[in-house]
Amino acid sequence: MPEVVEELRALARDLLAKGTVKTVIGYKAERLANRVSPLIITSPDRAGELVWNKYCLNNLAVYLTRGEVMRRGPAAVVVKGCDARAVCGLLQEGQIARQNVVIIGMVCEGVGEPLLEMCKSCDVHVPRLADYIIPKEAQKPAEAAKTPAEADAEVARLEALTPEERWKFWREKLERCIKCYACRQACPLCYCKRCVVEKNQPQWISTSAHAAGNFAWNAIRAMHLAGRCGACGACERACPQGIPLMLLNKKMAKEVALHFNYRAGYDPAATPALRTFDARGDNDELFR
Amino acid sequence: MSATETKNPVIWQPKIIAFVCNWCTYAGADLAGTSRLKYDANIRVLRLPCTGRIDPLFILKAFERGADGVLVSGCHPGDCHYNTGNYHARRRWIVFKPLLEFMGVDSRRVQFSWVSAAEGAKWADLVNNVVKNVRELGPFKGYQQMLEEVSKMGKV
Repeated sequence: MPEVVEELRALARDLLAKGTVKTVIGYKAERLANRVSPLIITSPDRAGELVWNKYCLNNLAVYLTRGEVMRRGPAAVVVKGCDARAVCGLLQEGQIARQNVVIIGMVCEGVGEPLLEMCKSCDVHVPRLADYIIPKEAQKPAEAAKTPAEADAEVARLEALTPEERWKFWREKLERCIKCYACRQACPLCYCKRCVVEKNQPQWISTSAHAAGNFAWNAIRAMHLAGRCGACGACERACPQGIPLMLLNKKMAKEVALHFNYRAGYDPAATPALRTFDARGDNDELFR
Repeated sequence: MSATETKNPVIWQPKIIAFVCNWCTYAGADLAGTSRLKYDANIRVLRLPCTGRIDPLFILKAFERGADGVLVSGCHPGDCHYNTGNYHARRRWIVFKPLLEFMGVDSRRVQFSWVSAAEGAKWADLVNNVVKNVRELGPFKGYQQMLEEVSKMGKV
């Protein structure tokens, strides 16, 4: 077993045995070597089931807002750098208390086989927010934040098209949406107990999987994640229809960085961009 | 917006939904009226307490109900009746408009502005301008096609 896994297991065992945390949220191996699944343990005896490898795709921060996990008491969560950005967002938004979460940050050279596209432009190989970094000897984050919005080529390509072409692009992509809400379920920041799509007095967004409802749903989800999305890509991976949801999130991140000089999930003490304003500094060009 | 209206360009008139705040723009529109200023009648004004109350969902809903363009207007920065509502709204629109554009909505279909209670003339100009722009663009075919598909499915 690789040393890093031993280190992770030893830490989890220790945290549970000492009672620092009541649960540890991590990954466990599956029968297929290239699959892992989330594992939530409450006893130090089971720490040996935890694994860490390049197939650990899930963003486990999603469990930090689940009552069935958190009501047991403080939880430790195994995170990659991008997942830590989501934990940071949850702390900023007051969804979890700092003393109720122990962040086990894994040094991550990118996940997926082949390597995920988003990992190639990653600037959080060492999580910026963590109580423990594994392996221990890893240096604290030295990487400078890269260009906002991950300087995405596909976003730039779409921006260069005409409105009609973009409309056509999204019509084709969103046509496939079946309104399963897997994107929402996989997203650690989509934690509303009652999502706007489930509100029906009035019915803001049609729940049927038709063109108009799909447009409204995906537009409003992107808007609700503006300045909050930590770019972990969980929504896109969860989408059974292969809709490039991260394009919308990246576009929003780009606008937020451009106008408000803010990047989500880097500073737990910062106020999220869309929860504040700058009376003099905000761009007024749009409002003629 | 009925389908027949869009099919016949001769009788087509743009339908613009305006979301305005109670304290400034609505009063400004009122002033335009009492000043007997004439402006295009293609606008439907919806009055809200503050621009901060205008959810992006309102705009999507307006398009979903057949609007060809949307106008959002409120108090100038610094003049908000509730002190900060329009500042929050401004941040919201700064990112929401690029999102709509990114998804293929022509930027001229969504117009944001500040109109004070004293700017009746500005309101009239603004409305004329928006109507002119949307008239040039024509009906919002993209959205209306989606709606037609939906009504064929027997669900609106």
